[in-house]
Amino acid sequence: MLIIFKLLVFLKKKKMIKTDILIIGAGPVGLFTVFEAGLLKLRCHLIDALAQPGGQCSEIYPKKPIYDIPGLPEILAGDLTKNLLEQCKQFEPGFTLGERAENIEKISDGSFTVTTNKGTKHNAPVIAIAGGLGSFEPRKPALENLDIFEDKGINYIIKDPEIYRNKKVIIAGGGDSALDWTIYLANINAEVTLIHRRNEFRGALDSVEKVKELKNNNKIRLITPAEITKIEGNERLQKVTINNDGNTQVIETDFLIPLFGLSPKLGPISEWGLEIEKNAIKVDTYDYQTNISGIFAVGDINTYPGKLKLILCGFHEATLMCQSAYKIIHPGKKSIFKYTTVSGITGFDGSRKEAPKAVVKSIND
Amino acid sequence: MSDINITITDRNGEKHNIEAPTDMAMNLMEVIRMYELADEGTIGVCGGMAMCASCQCYIISNHKLPEMQDEEEAMLSEVFDVKENSRLTCQIPITEDLNNLEIEIAKEI
Repeated sequence: MLIIFKLLVFLKKKKMIKTDILIIGAGPVGLFTVFEAGLLKLRCHLIDALAQPGGQCSEIYPKKPIYDIPGLPEILAGDLTKNLLEQCKQFEPGFTLGERAENIEKISDGSFTVTTNKGTKHNAPVIAIAGGLGSFEPRKPALENLDIFEDKGINYIIKDPEIYRNKKVIIAGGGDSALDWTIYLANINAEVTLIHRRNEFRGALDSVEKVKELKNNNKIRLITPAEITKIEGNERLQKVTINNDGNTQVIETDFLIPLFGLSPKLGPISEWGLEIEKNAIKVDTYDYQTNISGIFAVGDINTYPGKLKLILCGFHEATLMCQSAYKIIHPGKKSIFKYTTVSGITGFDGSRKEAPKAVVKSIND
Repeated sequence: MSDINITITDRNGEKHNIEAPTDMAMNLMEVIRMYELADEGTIGVCGGMAMCASCQCYIISNHKLPEMQDEEEAMLSEVFDVKENSRLTCQIPITEDLNNLEIEIAKEI
C-alpha cells in the first residue's frame, strides 16, 4: 500500500503539465489572457509565486478602488480579480500557485519547458509572461545567521498552519498578515508572541481589536515596541533575543515567522535570455513578442516606446498576443476573428453563453 | 506658477540638482521617476498609495513638510532602514514651499 502511494506521489511529481499557452503571472492581465485565448479555443495554465490569483490587485491593494477600467466607473482591485476569474472560468485555466517559474528550456519540437522552484514542470508551445513587477519575495530582516535557520524554524510564508499547533511561535510584523496569522494561530492553540517595532498596528480595525482581546485574555503575548536582535539554535531555531524598548529579553521558541511584507523582484526571468530594459522585457508592439520567438510579454512587465503601465493596456496587449499565439500553435490554419455578441462563448466545460434570440412573429395575423 | 529646485542624492550617492514643476499635481516620487534617478521597478512599486515603501527617502534640509498621515506612518513602521527623517516621497506633493529641498533616496527594499 505504502509503495503504491509512494509511486503515485512520484508519478505526480514527474508528470508534466501540458497546455497551449503557459502564462507566468496570475494578475489581471494573465487572467484576461485566459479569456482571450479561450475564445480561440486555446487552453491556458498559470504559474504564480503568490498563493492566490490576482497579483498586485490581491497582494498590495485589494481594497483600493480602480477608476480606469473601461465600462467600470469604480471597482475594488479585489473585485476586479474576482470578476476576471468568473469571466474566464469556462475556459478551465490550470493553476500552479505558490511556486516561482525558475528555468526555461526550449525542446526539440520547438516548445518550451518551464520548471518552478518546487520542481513542477510545464510544457507549452507558447509562453506569455504577465509577471507585473516580478515575483513577490518576502522581505527579510537583517539578522546574522538568518539563512541557517530558514525552513528550520524560520518561515516567511505560512503554507500549512497545522505545523504550528501547540507550538511556540514568534510572529514579527505590524501589518494585516501579522495580525491575521496571530489570530489564526492563537485559535489552533499555538503559543503566540507578537512582536512589532511600534505600538501601533496597521491593519483592519476588527483584526486589531481581536488581537487586543487575545492579549487581554492572556491568549497571546504582545511585545511592543520591540525588535529582534539575535537568533540562536542548534540545527533548528531555539532562541530569539529581542530588544524591548531598551531591555534585552531572550525568548525560547519553536518558530519565528517574520511578516514584513513582500517586495517584487524580476528574479530568474531576467536570466532567460530576454532583452531587458529598465527592469522590463522589451517587446515588439505588433504582437508583444519578445526577442525569443514564442515567448510573449504582456502587462506591466513589458516595455516599448510609449508604454503605459495600466491594466487596460495589458488587456489590449493580451488580446493581440493571442492572435499570434494561435498562429504558432496552429501553423497554416486560418482563424476568423469573431465578436462574442454574435458568436457567444462556448466553454471547455461544455457551457454556452449567447445572446437571446430575437422573436420573429407576425403582428398582423 | 514656477518650477522649484530640488537636490536629490540617488542610491549610488550621486547628487542631482533638478527642477520640478509645481503646476502638474506631481508628488516627489513621480519627480524622481520622471528624472529616472532610481531604476524603474524599484521605486513607486505600489503606484503611490503609501503601500510599499519603495520610495522611502531621508529629508536632509529643514523644510516644513505636510504632516504624515496614518497610512504613511504605519507603512514606515513596517519596513527597514527607517530613520527619524524618513518619509515616503509619494506622499509629498510638489509645492512652491519645497524650493531648495534636499533629500536622499533610501536603499532598495
